[in-house]
Amino acid sequence: MTISLETMLQLCIILPPLAVMGLVATRNNPNVREAMTIVTGLFVLYLTVNLYAGISQGDVIRVHWLEIFPGLNLSFAVEPLGMIFALVASFLWPITIIYSIGYMRSHNEKNQTRFYICFAIAIGCVMGIAFAENLFTLFIFYEVLTLSTYPLVTHAGTKEASRGGRIYLGILLSTSIAFFLLAIVGTWFVAGTLDFKEGGVFGPETSLTVAGVLLALFIFGIGKAAIMPFHRWLPAAMVAPTPVSALLHAVAVVKAGVFTVMKVCVYIFGIDLLGALPSTQALLYLAGATVLLSSVVAMRQDNLKARLAYSTVSQLGYVTIGALLATTLGVVGGSMHIAMHAFGKITLFFCAGAILVATHKSLISQMRGLGRQMPITMAAFFVASLSIIGVPPTGGTWSKWYLLMGALDTQQWIIMAILMISSLLNIAYLLPIPIQAFFPGNEQTPQDAQMNEAPLPSLIALSITAVICVVLFVYPQPLYDLANAVAAVPGTDHGN
Amino acid sequence: MLIGLYNYWVVVALMMTGFYIVIAQGNLIKKIAGLIIFQTSVFIFYISVGKVDGATAPIVGDGFSQYSNPLPHVLILTAIVVGIATTALGLALIVRIREAYGSIEEDEIQKKDDQAC
Amino acid sequence: MLAHLPILQVVLPLLAAPSCLIMRRPKLVWLFTLIVSSIAFLISVALLQQVMESGPISYELGGWEQPWGIEYRIDELSAFLLLIVSAVSTVVLLAAHTSIQAEIAEDSQMMFYVLYLLSLTGMLGIISTGDVFNVFVFLEISSLSAYALIAMGDGRRALWASYQYLIMGTIGATFILIAIGLMYQMTGTLNMEDLSRRLPDVAHTRTMYAAYVFFVVGVCLKMALFPLHLWLPNAYSYAPSIVTAFFAATSTKVALYLLIRFTFSVFDFSFSFSTLPLQPVFLVLGFLGIFVASTAAIYQKNLKHLFAYSSVAQIGYMIVGYSIATSAGLMATLLHLFNHSLMKSALFLALAAVMYRLSSVQLSCLQGMGRQMPLTMAAIVVGGASLIGVPLTIGFVSKWFLVMAAIENGLWPVAVLVLLGSLLAIVYVWRVVEVAYFMEPMPGKDPVKEAPWSILVPVWLLVAANVYFGVDTRLSVQIAQAAADSLFGVSP
Repeated sequence: MTISLETMLQLCIILPPLAVMGLVATRNNPNVREAMTIVTGLFVLYLTVNLYAGISQGDVIRVHWLEIFPGLNLSFAVEPLGMIFALVASFLWPITIIYSIGYMRSHNEKNQTRFYICFAIAIGCVMGIAFAENLFTLFIFYEVLTLSTYPLVTHAGTKEASRGGRIYLGILLSTSIAFFLLAIVGTWFVAGTLDFKEGGVFGPETSLTVAGVLLALFIFGIGKAAIMPFHRWLPAAMVAPTPVSALLHAVAVVKAGVFTVMKVCVYIFGIDLLGALPSTQALLYLAGATVLLSSVVAMRQDNLKARLAYSTVSQLGYVTIGALLATTLGVVGGSMHIAMHAFGKITLFFCAGAILVATHKSLISQMRGLGRQMPITMAAFFVASLSIIGVPPTGGTWSKWYLLMGALDTQQWIIMAILMISSLLNIAYLLPIPIQAFFPGNEQTPQDAQMNEAPLPSLIALSITAVICVVLFVYPQPLYDLANAVAAVPGTDHGN
Repeated sequence: MLIGLYNYWVVVALMMTGFYIVIAQGNLIKKIAGLIIFQTSVFIFYISVGKVDGATAPIVGDGFSQYSNPLPHVLILTAIVVGIATTALGLALIVRIREAYGSIEEDEIQKKDDQAC
Repeated sequence: MLAHLPILQVVLPLLAAPSCLIMRRPKLVWLFTLIVSSIAFLISVALLQQVMESGPISYELGGWEQPWGIEYRIDELSAFLLLIVSAVSTVVLLAAHTSIQAEIAEDSQMMFYVLYLLSLTGMLGIISTGDVFNVFVFLEISSLSAYALIAMGDGRRALWASYQYLIMGTIGATFILIAIGLMYQMTGTLNMEDLSRRLPDVAHTRTMYAAYVFFVVGVCLKMALFPLHLWLPNAYSYAPSIVTAFFAATSTKVALYLLIRFTFSVFDFSFSFSTLPLQPVFLVLGFLGIFVASTAAIYQKNLKHLFAYSSVAQIGYMIVGYSIATSAGLMATLLHLFNHSLMKSALFLALAAVMYRLSSVQLSCLQGMGRQMPLTMAAIVVGGASLIGVPLTIGFVSKWFLVMAAIENGLWPVAVLVLLGSLLAIVYVWRVVEVAYFMEPMPGKDPVKEAPWSILVPVWLLVAANVYFGVDTRLSVQIAQAAADSLFGVSP
């Protein structure tokens, strides 16, 4: 069949929400229902890959839907950064579905249809964010993403869940309306357009102070990027079922945040302007502080999911740093980190969920010696931890490498130091978990422990993502090319 | 000068009296009475404005060259009708309030409403 | 015939009102009222078209030339308002029969339609007339019928609310009457156009200041601008649902129209904004209204109360746009006026559906209704989203223009405050969503069916308009722009 690339782009966005109808129709037959989500997911992945092939050949893919009033459009376009994000999200969606089947069934969760429906809508929004051609379009999908994930966060229906949900919704919505929307309006007023443009939309006559204020509004307004002090929603969202935490709060939602930050920095401000702004440096330090502080907080968490959540906050700071370094290498590093961290963190969450399902343990202190019971899970955990830390042979190495290079390039010594220290902290809070699982020491060695692995679908899912962490080390070229395309456009005169 | 514009003094005095009654009185009927006084003061204001010194009623006749302005009278006729309608409606409401609450005192009605919550 | 449209618009419902008394059966009366309102709507469409094409229409009542006779004058602003009022009235009437049967006793249903038509007459009259005394008369026609309509509500609270409204409303109207009297005393004319020619000569007398202040206070009472809003929440809450839907969308808007009309067409614009400190006063009152009323809305347990307080807040937004005192600001106000009519009529009509099934609009009764009455609840969600100003709904469009107008004038704090106001709207709308969708139905309560189609169809018509005009803004923006420009063109 021959579908034009434009149609594919639209299908990517429309298909997941369309699948909702099918899900509602088949709600009484879980097998059909889940088969349908997977098929939809695979099809979306197929489309995304095709789009990737399209832009690699240099095709321009652009779709225009609506014009609210002159200049304010609902339209989409494919560019390299969005491609990275879309590829990651559409690749991990079917895998997460496979994982969820194992998790949700063995956990006997209620309202499973609602779960899959909201998941599908959320993925549709992610696609919309990834391919948005202007800030307005992006903003709409950004907000819908927040709303569609709320039922997922409060899925348990308990008091605790709805409290978490309120924090989640409260922080994300209020930052987005009070700051993000204001920044959008300001951009419109100053630049007269909201379109993402290579090299930025602000003319040379723009006052640096005004642009600096706008940048700060953007960084704080994009609450999903979890820059302190607006990071509280992410730990609060951990009341959600683990597949949700895995895909949405390690990949889709938080990456939507840093993706937006990256997009704004590169395509609204442009690297050149960004480097000249007075507020960039301050925000850079703020991101650095976020990285360090949340790593420290992560060390103090005994609940595995909470520790991973704070680790996510910290890793998101890396991407923001990459964007704010305002140099080609920083942008390359940040863009790659979006993908690298996604695969690493989703594996970690998958493992956390697997442990919970198999042994009902959620505290790290209870996980000593678990390696014998769950060798595969723990091995995957180990590999993923390495990737988060940035040690060969895992993909995380590359993104951290480029981030460091970026810091070096701009002679941001403090930022460099922060990145190094944070890597050490990563080791300190992640590696002990698998090590103690395999080598519990003398005091407690349950020799008779049986193999007690998670359900097979979950196991498959987490193995795939763990393997990919390694694959990305060996074969990072396509990703690097995309990231380079993001960075190379605005200022090729910027060095390498 | 102050005496010369005595009609305004009358109007203002009546207006304030009426207004005060509407605000200060708790009895619904007294409130309506206050409202009527308030409105009437405005009527008087209109009519006194229409009076031209040394002029006669606006009926064309020999020997008269100056006439008072008849338009305010016409306007006020309409306004009086409106005022009567308002009063009638207000009183009708009071009758039904009395049936429903058993009282026409503002504070008692308010208390009953608060209790019902 | 075509030349007489401006007066037909008003006379038609006026004559139709007593005609209702001949027809005895409620259903027949309803159909008749619906037809009359539809014709009024068609006339307003024709008028709007005529005005947009060939400029303002002046109609001399009985052939008496102005300023001696009474002039009816339809310009862009009036045509816009006529369209809003008659359109909302027609759509709301579609649902009236079903809803009224449940809420009003059979023998007084006929009176309901009589009063409804009179109220409609009053509003259309206020908008079309070019004579300030006529304004007062029509104001009282619409108010008196409004008091009676509100008193028809279920329970004794409706009576008490109606009485309070009557007192406040009459004081407001009398204030306006005083203002008109003072203006007449100084200029000897009642025609708006004539007034605008003669007022500048006497603009700096104390009498004119007094007249203006009396007028503004009176009209703010009618408009329910904070802190003169106290009559509104109870009046809206205890009136029959249909009445609430109609009034929430129109009556305060008509008062706002009067304020705009007097500020721009009767008094000189510079008189209103330079001589008197209107801008800071209205800005402060507008924002106080937004924040105090929105906060009050958050704590309401009765949904009608909740949305009534939200109405007070929305009036605040309109006043903020108005007090920016530029063409862009006025346009944002007019746009919000249009948009808010659509939102609130949709919301209150949806509440009429809730009332029909549950006989209550307490928030707690809504538990689990997301599943039992999905269409009604979805309508409330879309309407609520529009109140917040979510993109792709009309609320977004008007907020966007409002924020833009503020920024253009360098009023950055205003822009920030407007956005912060939306946050409060999120909270009160979210409370409704949470109860309806994320709470299980109260145990022991029989499940209810979805509301009947006769209510759902008009509700969704309005909801569709909420989305349509949020996406395709050409029509509303163009008219609002034309109206704002013409007002500023008259008195630059």
